[in-house]
Amino acid sequence: MADITPPAYRSIPIIPKLIPGAMEGKGPFVATDKINEALGFPGHLVDDWHDKAIAKMGDLLTRFRSLKVYMDACVHCGACSDKCHYFIGTQDPKNMPVARQDLLRSVYRRYFTLPGKLFPKLVGARDLTREVLDEWHNYFHQCSECRRCSVFCPYGIDTAEVTMAAREILQSIGYGQKYSLEILGKVHKIGNNLGLPAPALKDTLEGLEEDVKEATGIDVLFPMDVKGAEVLLITPSADFFAEPHIDSLIGYAKVFHATGTSWTLSSMSSEAGNFGMFIGNYDQLRQAALRIRQAALELGVKRIVVGECGHAWRVAYSFWNTLTGVGDGADANDRFAQMLQKQLDHRYKQPAHICEFTWDMIEDERIELDKSANDNLIVTFHDSCNVARGSRMGDYPGGQFDIPRNIIRAVANNYVDMDPSTTHERTFCCGGGGGVLTDDLINVRVKGALPRMEMLQQVTDMQKVNFMACICAICKTQFTKVMPIYGFDRRMVGGVHQLVSNAIVLGKNK
Amino acid sequence: MSSIEVGGKSYETDEEGYLLNLSEWNAEVADYIAKTENIDMSDQHWEVVNFLREYFEEYQIAPAVRVLTKSIGKKLGADKGNSEYLYGLFPYGPGKQACKIAGLPKPTGCV
Repeated sequence: MADITPPAYRSIPIIPKLIPGAMEGKGPFVATDKINEALGFPGHLVDDWHDKAIAKMGDLLTRFRSLKVYMDACVHCGACSDKCHYFIGTQDPKNMPVARQDLLRSVYRRYFTLPGKLFPKLVGARDLTREVLDEWHNYFHQCSECRRCSVFCPYGIDTAEVTMAAREILQSIGYGQKYSLEILGKVHKIGNNLGLPAPALKDTLEGLEEDVKEATGIDVLFPMDVKGAEVLLITPSADFFAEPHIDSLIGYAKVFHATGTSWTLSSMSSEAGNFGMFIGNYDQLRQAALRIRQAALELGVKRIVVGECGHAWRVAYSFWNTLTGVGDGADANDRFAQMLQKQLDHRYKQPAHICEFTWDMIEDERIELDKSANDNLIVTFHDSCNVARGSRMGDYPGGQFDIPRNIIRAVANNYVDMDPSTTHERTFCCGGGGGVLTDDLINVRVKGALPRMEMLQQVTDMQKVNFMACICAICKTQFTKVMPIYGFDRRMVGGVHQLVSNAIVLGKNK
Repeated sequence: MSSIEVGGKSYETDEEGYLLNLSEWNAEVADYIAKTENIDMSDQHWEVVNFLREYFEEYQIAPAVRVLTKSIGKKLGADKGNSEYLYGLFPYGPGKQACKIAGLPKPTGCV
């Protein structure tokens, strides 16, 4: 890691000079036979990969009409080209979203359009060769599926779906990414991305009860597998394991405690993050989500609340309803989904984000806050991409931007926003989302963080910001890792509920 | 698969140098892996590595950073029971680097 130097800040955020081939390479580690087979994918690259890959592309084009539209609709206007953090940080022209998509689109044209079949050279159509396949593996893992470029696309092409399709083709022929697939295996086997078994989770939670008791004198509980609890909290397993994530977990527990809400975690479903979305595989996405339904049914909870996890909230907000029956919309014949619909209390939003929960409690004056506890901090907020562009909070458009900021302003006296061209729906990815948060892609991660680091530097210099709050486990881990390389203290990063935890006054239940 | 050669014996590792077979681990291998990470193993390093091994034996997973810092704090004094101390020992991050030296699998997920 010592040999990785961050790219220099741009004095004006202009389109960078192109360096063709800057990020050529082998891409991330390829999943082993064991990892692949556990998920039902071929162990390694199959002999007839060419035909299988084209057949898979055909299958996806038929099943997802959106993909076909995205393949056909692009007019190469270039509006997306300089909107990608990986392009900005790497200067590799193939990381312009339009060019990255064209790695797939060119093959689509060759095999699925008449001009491409007849006159491939004239329409930029390419045969699927081994080189093209390797290029897919490399460059489609330099996209974090953050969808910033989609905001600027006049046709509304969802570039993330193009990346997901490419990855789905790759893993269907035994050429998937080790990081994401290994993690999905752990979810199916153990219940979370870490592979944290129930006894270890229990031990960790008991330790937290001791810590909070020591710090506050109050018995704040971290319950696990409690039947009949009102709330099931589904949070990223990083919240149990990593710093600064665990401080937000303590924050959630304090909010539940202070409001007298009975809640529980589930040991068999102790993961919010759903890597099935990263790899674009519907079955994996659904299987991972179904654990949550199982836990909710077994524990008999009335509400499901999701912790600080960006991609989880996208899946929960956008897909849980039809996948699992958390929220309306599941198939009428899906017995368990209908059962869960009946069980949940529909006076509340299902699912709810922990920020929605906490903000409701603040508005209702159910918790007492001492803002001065955060007076040593000047706080800014990093909008996580999948919350910003893939979902919503509250009951009006843009609630996902206001609610976390409202919470921060309620618990801290000093708040400043970063440059508006990089916040709200135009936020930049941290550089580690969508399956990129792995050490074998550290070079991509460091470079992809550049635009966010530039804007953080600006508010650090001008407004003395010393804390960047996030609501995503990936953002927290990614920033903790890359910020020191840019010269920041890694303790500048933390969760919104870490700030809540600092400010909440316990022992005075209302 | 990759492998490392220590004391005339070969040990299988993954692409990043994490031991594949946990039971093959020994102090010599730990020293070797530490060197590849530019770490000179001191008593303080061993304190952490030994705790990781013990915890893993009981729970089949590396301890959360919080659990680790608390245990080190109890053993070595409160001033050492924090992640700054651990980052000082294992600059690439106590979670992953110390696990690698202790012969444990790499923690996965959003960590």
